[in-house]
Amino acid sequence: MNPAASGDAPAIVRLENVTKRFAAPGGGEGFAALSEVDLAVPAGSITGIIGRSGAGKSTLVRLVNGLERPTVGRVTVDGVEVSALGEGPLRQLRRRIGMIFQHFNLLQSRTAFDNVALPLEIAGVGRAEIRRRVAPLLDLVGLADKAGNYPSELSGGQKQRVGIARALASEPRVLLSDEATSALDPDTTRQVLALLKTVNRELGLTVILITHEMPVVREIATRVAVMDGGRVVEEGDTYSVFSRPAHATTRAFLEGVTGVRLPAFLRERMTADAGAAREAVLEIVFTGPTATDPILFDLGRTLDLPVNILAGAVEEIDERPFGTLVVSLALGRLEEARRFIEARGLATEVLGYVR
Amino acid sequence: MSANMLWLIWAATLDTLFMVAVSAAIGLLLGAPLGIFLATSGRGELFAAPAVNRVLGLVVNALRSTPFIILVVAIIPFTRLVTGTSIGTTAAIVPLTVATVPFVARLVESAIREVDPGLVEAARAMGASPAQIVWKVLVPEARPSITLGVTLTIVSLIGYSAMVGAVGGGGLGDLGIRYGYQRFMPEMMLAVVLVLIALVQLVQSAGDRLARRFDKRARRS
Repeated sequence: MNPAASGDAPAIVRLENVTKRFAAPGGGEGFAALSEVDLAVPAGSITGIIGRSGAGKSTLVRLVNGLERPTVGRVTVDGVEVSALGEGPLRQLRRRIGMIFQHFNLLQSRTAFDNVALPLEIAGVGRAEIRRRVAPLLDLVGLADKAGNYPSELSGGQKQRVGIARALASEPRVLLSDEATSALDPDTTRQVLALLKTVNRELGLTVILITHEMPVVREIATRVAVMDGGRVVEEGDTYSVFSRPAHATTRAFLEGVTGVRLPAFLRERMTADAGAAREAVLEIVFTGPTATDPILFDLGRTLDLPVNILAGAVEEIDERPFGTLVVSLALGRLEEARRFIEARGLATEVLGYVR
Repeated sequence: MSANMLWLIWAATLDTLFMVAVSAAIGLLLGAPLGIFLATSGRGELFAAPAVNRVLGLVVNALRSTPFIILVVAIIPFTRLVTGTSIGTTAAIVPLTVATVPFVARLVESAIREVDPGLVEAARAMGASPAQIVWKVLVPEARPSITLGVTLTIVSLIGYSAMVGAVGGGGLGDLGIRYGYQRFMPEMMLAVVLVLIALVQLVQSAGDRLARRFDKRARRS
């Protein structure tokens, strides 16, 4: 899998060797929220940045629109070096970067319409032009009938939709999403993510999505960067990262999100010791073009090797199939079977042995 | 109660209203910007000027901790400088205003500080200038609290204005002291108190109603 597969588009946001240190209250070294981060976000992508709280992901996104400045390194957006701009030009740049928030951050004193109008007022757009531009935006997010409602009269999902419409008002090229679905229930989360996907496609908008939830990444991200302790520990297109996670943090995030869970009775019978075992439990990961090939059928036919299917799942990541199958087969023929399967470009892993 | 007395009460009420209105207006005009500045000039804030913030905070605290009756006497030279006299209703407006400015400033400051910092961040992310953040975000969002603060200010001013009677300011307080107390006219005292109660009640309910209208946080269905 080529990690640059969807990275061919030129990077619209680029971080080069970025370190961000926050001053310690008493002076001294301070605390490094980000350390030597290199990251390229391809134009038109939906890039997920996942990490636990404190991993530095919020700091990273605030460097992109210049709410924070890097201690070391360069941040460029659309060819402009954000980290070198003065306040005035920085404000101009921010008008081309939309942002949505976990708690929506809508003005309570303004109606949905006036909230969406705010970035335009700030940019000095005239009243008639504002009226002309806000209505289609509310329409796009499905809230044309809520234009006159105040945020306190809207549900969480509706508030976030207003937030999205507001972020789109200034026709940005990049949309930053800071845990935008973390305060929403699963159904509403899916709707908001679907909306983000729509604006990504229809407006060609690059979306940078900060989250601590792998399902969010799986749902819409085309690329993903995994952060831990202020560093990007793994990065690539979502499909590769999900199918072949390399870093422990990535694996921890993926636990229970992809693949299969073995039934309890099987886990209890399994040992790590091949000594007295008769059968091996093998996990086969189906990816890429062969993901839907009838591999087990071929295995039986070509090698005359019977396999027991224990668990399996096929899912879709970034609109490509991705399957996991757990089988058991005779220990004596394990290596033969693995060679056969891996010769077809699939990954295998021995999970354990059973008597 | 004679027609003469009614006339005295009416004239004193007008004096009180005049003093309160003028000092509230000037107090708000000077105090509100001061409050906004106090709320936004701390370390790392919009108009960060921590040193100026600290000095202004000290001055405000000093003025607020001075008992009003002492303030009235202490600033007589300043009052004379501004109005040419230190006696009478117009002169009384000076100490009333001087007391109102820091009062309003602190109320506005706390109202502004109540605004969700997330809104300021959102506005910054939109490319808003500090002035835009103040006028388009902080002040509108704080308006219900500011309205209640102004109401409280006016109610306090009505009370303070009764005190300036002691130094020759006119108004209801002056009337109460001179007629009700010094001339032993309990009915005059009662009338003055009743008018003051009515005034406070009127201001408070008008302020409450206005604040409710501005407040979109929890709509009544």
